[in-house]
Amino acid sequence: MENLTTQLQGVPLNHYIWLSAIIFTIGVIGVLTRRNAIVIFMSVELMLNAVNLLLTAFSVHSNDPSGQVFVFFIMALAAAEVAVGLSIIVMVYRNTKSIDINVLNRLKW
Amino acid sequence: MTIEQLIWLVPLLPFLGFVINGLGRKSLSKGLVGVIGSGVILASFIISVVIFFSLQGDTQKSHEVFLFDWISAGTLHIPLSFLVDPLSSIMLLIITGIGFLIHLYSTGYMHDDEGFGKFFSYLNLFVFFMLLLVLGSNYIVMFIGWEGVGLCSYLLIGFWYTNTAYASAAKKAFVMNRIGDLGFLLGVFLLFNFFGSVEFAKIFPQAAKMLPGNDTMVLITILLFIGACGKSAQLPLFTWLPDAMAGPTPVSALIHAATMVTAGIYMIARSSVLFDLAPLTQHIIAVVGIATALIAAIIALTQTDIKKVLAYSTVSQLGYMFLGLGVGAYTGSFFHVLTHAFFKALLFLGAGSVIHAMHHEQDMRHMGGLKGKLKTTFATMMIGTIAIAGLPPFSGFFSKDEILAHAYQASPILWGIGVLTAFLTAFYMFRMMFLTFSGKYRGTHHPEIHIHESPGSMTLPLIILAALAAIGGAINIPHVFGGNEWLAHWLSPVVAQHELELSHSTEFTLMGISVLAAVAATIYAYGKYVKGAHVPVADEAPRSALAKLSYNKFYLDEIYDFLFTKPLNALSKFFYKVLDTKFIDGIVNGLGWSTNEASKGIRLLQSGNVGFYIFMMVFGIIALLLYTFLYI
Amino acid sequence: MEQLLLLIFLPLAGAVISAFAGKSAKLISTVFAVASLVLALFLAINFIPDASTQFQVNLPWIQDLGISFHAGIDGISMLTVLLTNILVPIIILSSYNHDYKNPAAFYALILFMQTGLLLVFTAMDAFLFYIGWEAALIPIYFICAVWGGKDRIRINMKFFIYTIAGSLFMLMGIIYLYLQNPAHNFNIEAFYALNLDSVQQGWVFWAFFIAFAIKMPIFPFHTWQPDTYTAAPTQGTMLLSGIMLKMGIYGVIRWLLPIVPHGVQDWSCLAMVLSIIGVVYASLIAFTQKDAKRLVAYSSIAHVGLIAAGIFALNQQGLQGAMIQMLSHGINVVGLFFVLDIIFSRVKTNKIEELGGIAKVAPQLAITFLIIVLGTVALPGTNGFIGEFLLLLGVYQYGIWAAAIAGLTIIFGAVYMLRTYQNVMLGKTNELTITFTDIKGTEKLVLYTICALIIVLGVYPKPLLHLTEASVQHLLEQVNHKLTTVN
Repeated sequence: MENLTTQLQGVPLNHYIWLSAIIFTIGVIGVLTRRNAIVIFMSVELMLNAVNLLLTAFSVHSNDPSGQVFVFFIMALAAAEVAVGLSIIVMVYRNTKSIDINVLNRLKW
Repeated sequence: MTIEQLIWLVPLLPFLGFVINGLGRKSLSKGLVGVIGSGVILASFIISVVIFFSLQGDTQKSHEVFLFDWISAGTLHIPLSFLVDPLSSIMLLIITGIGFLIHLYSTGYMHDDEGFGKFFSYLNLFVFFMLLLVLGSNYIVMFIGWEGVGLCSYLLIGFWYTNTAYASAAKKAFVMNRIGDLGFLLGVFLLFNFFGSVEFAKIFPQAAKMLPGNDTMVLITILLFIGACGKSAQLPLFTWLPDAMAGPTPVSALIHAATMVTAGIYMIARSSVLFDLAPLTQHIIAVVGIATALIAAIIALTQTDIKKVLAYSTVSQLGYMFLGLGVGAYTGSFFHVLTHAFFKALLFLGAGSVIHAMHHEQDMRHMGGLKGKLKTTFATMMIGTIAIAGLPPFSGFFSKDEILAHAYQASPILWGIGVLTAFLTAFYMFRMMFLTFSGKYRGTHHPEIHIHESPGSMTLPLIILAALAAIGGAINIPHVFGGNEWLAHWLSPVVAQHELELSHSTEFTLMGISVLAAVAATIYAYGKYVKGAHVPVADEAPRSALAKLSYNKFYLDEIYDFLFTKPLNALSKFFYKVLDTKFIDGIVNGLGWSTNEASKGIRLLQSGNVGFYIFMMVFGIIALLLYTFLYI
Repeated sequence: MEQLLLLIFLPLAGAVISAFAGKSAKLISTVFAVASLVLALFLAINFIPDASTQFQVNLPWIQDLGISFHAGIDGISMLTVLLTNILVPIIILSSYNHDYKNPAAFYALILFMQTGLLLVFTAMDAFLFYIGWEAALIPIYFICAVWGGKDRIRINMKFFIYTIAGSLFMLMGIIYLYLQNPAHNFNIEAFYALNLDSVQQGWVFWAFFIAFAIKMPIFPFHTWQPDTYTAAPTQGTMLLSGIMLKMGIYGVIRWLLPIVPHGVQDWSCLAMVLSIIGVVYASLIAFTQKDAKRLVAYSSIAHVGLIAAGIFALNQQGLQGAMIQMLSHGINVVGLFFVLDIIFSRVKTNKIEELGGIAKVAPQLAITFLIIVLGTVALPGTNGFIGEFLLLLGVYQYGIWAAAIAGLTIIFGAVYMLRTYQNVMLGKTNELTITFTDIKGTEKLVLYTICALIIVLGVYPKPLLHLTEASVQHLLEQVNHKLTTVN
């Protein structure tokens, strides 16, 4: 265990930043290009987790645990969000038999 | 009892009369109302007489009586206090004395009117305000009375208010007075700024030390004069007075001849110290006065309503008084106020007696031959006519000639127009007398047989006033007749005096010419209306240009209507319909409308397309990031 | 201090009780309004007429933001408090000849508004002032929108948005002052002590001035007013014109002059010109109005214009004139609207041309109406004269032309008021007015009270002048001191 921690700390910060930037970009592109609400949802989760990763990395790097505490909050929040979001999507699907966001454009003026 | 202890009773009694008659106008009997209404004035008169004589025996000629603090703000302090001095004591006598006679007369004249109680309460209220006007020891208390009498004038002109024309005449009088009042107020403000007080006792001693030619003084006096123009019916504000004849005749006699309309002269005489400092204003006053006198006299020549003739004659005589003020004959003007009060009240009451007998017929074309029926009325009115025509030795002669002599000294042109006016005055007065009393009866709807002399309550005042009109000149007989000018002497502590510098022979010549003019006019009128039995033509009959101008009052009402009433009403409609509703409110509503319209456009961005929302969000984030990187 | 809290919250208590009182709300609200009047008179008697602020209350409220419940009464406040508490019972009594639907809510709203007004007139904390300012607006909105006449929803929406837009400017001004205040509180004394340069003062001036100008209203911010007055129920109109517009005037005196004297000095010329234009402009419009209620609304704009001009003249006479005229105008305008209400309740019209000859059938109404008209046209001996005289004298010291033009109100006022009186009361009775019945019961009580106030205040105004004199003097000293020492 000691070993793993030391090894992880051996990974330079740059790598974490690059990784999370890539994951985040994948998330953004997913949100922008996909029409399936569930896929968009998953992409949003990707973006969130990219941020989580970054927070943890910085937290370890600067020896400040508050970043990791933040991550826990975000995870709890994301769980709640998923619960609400998924249930909305399920309800939408039940009512319209579709989760294509281009079809779901009733919510306007 | 000293003056200080008595003086507050003088205005209080008429006020009590007003309250009692006003509250009891329904419950009190007519007799009681008449007794209370006249009684309080009589009591006031008696107290005034006492005050007058104790002032005469007193070495101190000016008593200030403080009642209470009225308005105070900052350096401004206006007490409600009275000033008893030779000028106000004489005014007290006139107001209460003639006031009482007219109240007495009214008990007969108004006897059959349903508004008897109301009439007496208004009349009492008028006397109260008039007394306040002359007793005030500062310009603001004077102004209470000044506007108060305007109110009573409004109420009494519109006494028979169910007649719309009468109600309009009342409104017109009030509004035209108000134009003058604005001038008066501004003048008082200027006085306050200049002297730091509105008290006579503080202003006049300071002013007496000043030299003539001060610009501020000119402005102050012009503004005060505008006030006097409104109240005393001078050009260009006189058109309300003839219309004011809509009121009951005793009202015309009291308010629109003897007392209220002379308030302007009283005010200027009271402020004579100030006016002496402003020669320019004096010139203006003299010119306005003589122009008013002449124009009103010309209009009076062709009027057919007996009261209208007297109304224009009043305007004309007031013009004389202003001429006197303008040429520095303050005492002469005030003397004319006195004599005019006697003979004009007499003439109006006489006219009232005629109207009473004729059952409210006022058109002289339907009168004639009344001298046999109305003997007392005829005799007394004749005395009044002679007095106003300026024939010696009646009162009008002395007062008019004093003014004319001073006018001659100032400018022979003024005197010339004055004599011309005197000629016209004599003519139209005798024309009125002859049309009414001589010749044959011309009435149509009222049989001659029913005409009879008025009751004693109405003829007694006529007789007393006739006596005063005949001998009233005695109080100021000039040196040229060996008199001692008692009035001038009496008023000298208050009113500025300017001695005549004419030789006695010049004075006699001037008098001779004006008497000759009056006699000539009398003879001409006699020839035309008695010998020639001429009767004025009907309203719509053709007239010569000058007669038309005179008959239609120089079209002044029409001119004012064209110059002021119509443009102001048009402006009012324009402001309301275009500027206010369309423009200003349009901007306000436009703001609301444009918000609505803008939101109609912007809401289209809310397309409901989630992809678009997300794209905009990412786009926004990137834009913000770029902004942060590039500029901060 | 207890007295002041009682004074402010007694009407609120009355409002709560009335709200649940059903049909008897009329009576209960009258009792509370009269009790408030008695209390206000009691305070007035115990008031020492010097410049100090008395009966002070200072309770902590939202301490973190420096907000406290700080209220007190000086001479200026005392007069406005008296105005409010004299007029509210009169207004409630004037509703006795009406049967409004849902009376509990109606009377509760009136009393609720009274508390709001009293907060405005006594607040010494800007936040409290703002709360009161808006608290007074909400009830009057409902009174007008629920019980009003034709087209009331649209007109009231406009009125509400217009005035609230103005107050938001004021809120910005208050917050700005709060941020500038080193002590970080809303205390009026701290605001007075602020040291702003003249540019800052100019901005704060405009933020406050717009709010007050809309409320009064000063030309050209007045266009909400005639419509609102016409559409509101009579009691609503009375509350608006009698008391509510005085909030604007009071605001100028209390919150504008001493806080930003430089701003006032820099812009007073414009404010003066607007006020005087308002006087002439509104008077002229009143000339040809056909609806008597609308005519009185325009005349009210003219009168308020003169009051504003007197205030911006910044001298003792002008300010004291403004104080007296606030009270007089409140009484007179309530009287006028009540007379019109009486006429409307009998013949169902306020169109001037359709009326006429009422004096013949209703002499008591004719006399009282005449006295109120005379008060409105400022005849000496009535309350209107004292105010107008002092105001014109104050304006005169600002400039003779200003006074000459503003003085036209003396003439124009007589023209349109007497024209109205003549067309409504004089002349021959027509088929509409022939069945007119004279005033009776509470109508008599209300009109006689108003007439008595008009005459008493006109003949003996000294107590009221005395009440405000020291405070006004103190205020002017404060202003002049700041003008001469700062910047």
